[in-house]
Amino acid sequence: MALSKEQIAKRIAKEVKDGYYVNLGIGIPTLVANFVREDINVEFQSENGVLGMGPFPFEGEEDPDLINAGKQTITTLPGASFFDSAMSFSMIRGQHVDLTILGAMEVSELGDIANWKIPGVMVKGMGGAMDLVASADNIIVAMMHTNKAGESKLLKKCTLPLTGVGCVKKVVTNLAVLEITKNGFQLLERAPGVSVEEIVDATEGNLIINGKIPEMVF
Amino acid sequence: MIRKVVPNVTQACQGIKNGMTLMFGGFGLSGIPENAIAQIVKLNKNHLTCISNNAGVDDFGLGLLLQKKQIKKMISSYVGENAEFERQMLSGELDVELIPQGTLAQRCQAAQGGFPAFYTPAGYGTEVAEGKETREFNGKWYVLEKAFEADFAFIKAWKGDEAGNLIFKGTARNFNPNMCGAAKITVVEVEELLPAGALDPNQVHIPGIFVQRIFQGENYEKRIEQLTVRKRN
Repeated sequence: MALSKEQIAKRIAKEVKDGYYVNLGIGIPTLVANFVREDINVEFQSENGVLGMGPFPFEGEEDPDLINAGKQTITTLPGASFFDSAMSFSMIRGQHVDLTILGAMEVSELGDIANWKIPGVMVKGMGGAMDLVASADNIIVAMMHTNKAGESKLLKKCTLPLTGVGCVKKVVTNLAVLEITKNGFQLLERAPGVSVEEIVDATEGNLIINGKIPEMVF
Repeated sequence: MIRKVVPNVTQACQGIKNGMTLMFGGFGLSGIPENAIAQIVKLNKNHLTCISNNAGVDDFGLGLLLQKKQIKKMISSYVGENAEFERQMLSGELDVELIPQGTLAQRCQAAQGGFPAFYTPAGYGTEVAEGKETREFNGKWYVLEKAFEADFAFIKAWKGDEAGNLIFKGTARNFNPNMCGAAKITVVEVEELLPAGALDPNQVHIPGIFVQRIFQGENYEKRIEQLTVRKRN
């Protein structure tokens, strides 16, 4: 069975380690916060200017002056801090943030990522994504393996305008966990019940399969 | 003490002309200068170039200026919440420059601090870098980005004093501090305008030297774009 969005988030949460400052993008990445182990200390950064983000507020306690990068109302946890946008991106460009998790429309076997524009159709802008992918050492992409038309999103070469080049290290999809290596997408794990053949069929970019591929463990 | 107080939004916005470049603080609808935006709508100035991370929503924030077609060019990082914006952009009525969010912040900061330009890795190898100088430092490639040149910066702060010292609240801070002093004239509206001496100098986020005009804002709507809550159990 292919994973649900929640399950993708749950698998990625295993990559979050004790002491990490983490930036979560909009969509599936936001869900990762719900699945991080409770016995480790992690702080979530939102690039609009907060470190130490907490859960959504209780009804009636929302504050228009307290939102995340997705413009959702949030809360802060003890130890949180606020800062301006230039300082926020100093944290990002200066590699003080340990892990960046974001969504994508396409990823190439070279680690290129496209997630901000479909020419003539959708032009919303890149927000902080270009700063994040250009700077972070540790970038995980969370996305569906194929698009709505069933076409692979893991490509030899991105077809959409790029957000960054050669920057993605790991991809977690509804079918698989893959690492980006010099030679392409190395298949590390498959979703429970999903066969290697199904992943091969859904991957356009070069897929490297070494030995027996284990099922994901949550 | 050098007093920066003006009595109202009308005087605060004096000198805005057609074709000028204006900066607006705010992220989404949080921390936007609501009073100044309403006044610019009223003044009906047009052919404006606006620098702002977002473009408001259809009926609030900079969306109000878009509705009246007062904006000629928009410089932003993300404009996803505004259907009228997308329509004007795709039809070619509106000139749009989309730039990375950190680059936007730093172009403000550079203007504030007297740097003509700076190198950033953001956008290298993408269409954002097209036509721009690139350079390698320690094996990594960077793009040369220039400081903004703007006529006015419109800022929203939480508290301010007569000397123009400012304190921001929560994530309504965002681009506001970076835009102070990044334009020829910085106009600040505050929720609470206090006498000099009422703010602890240790707590001041932006010193008054970066501010030319400050006024007591009114009728803040502070609209929430994405209300997300959890149930009590």
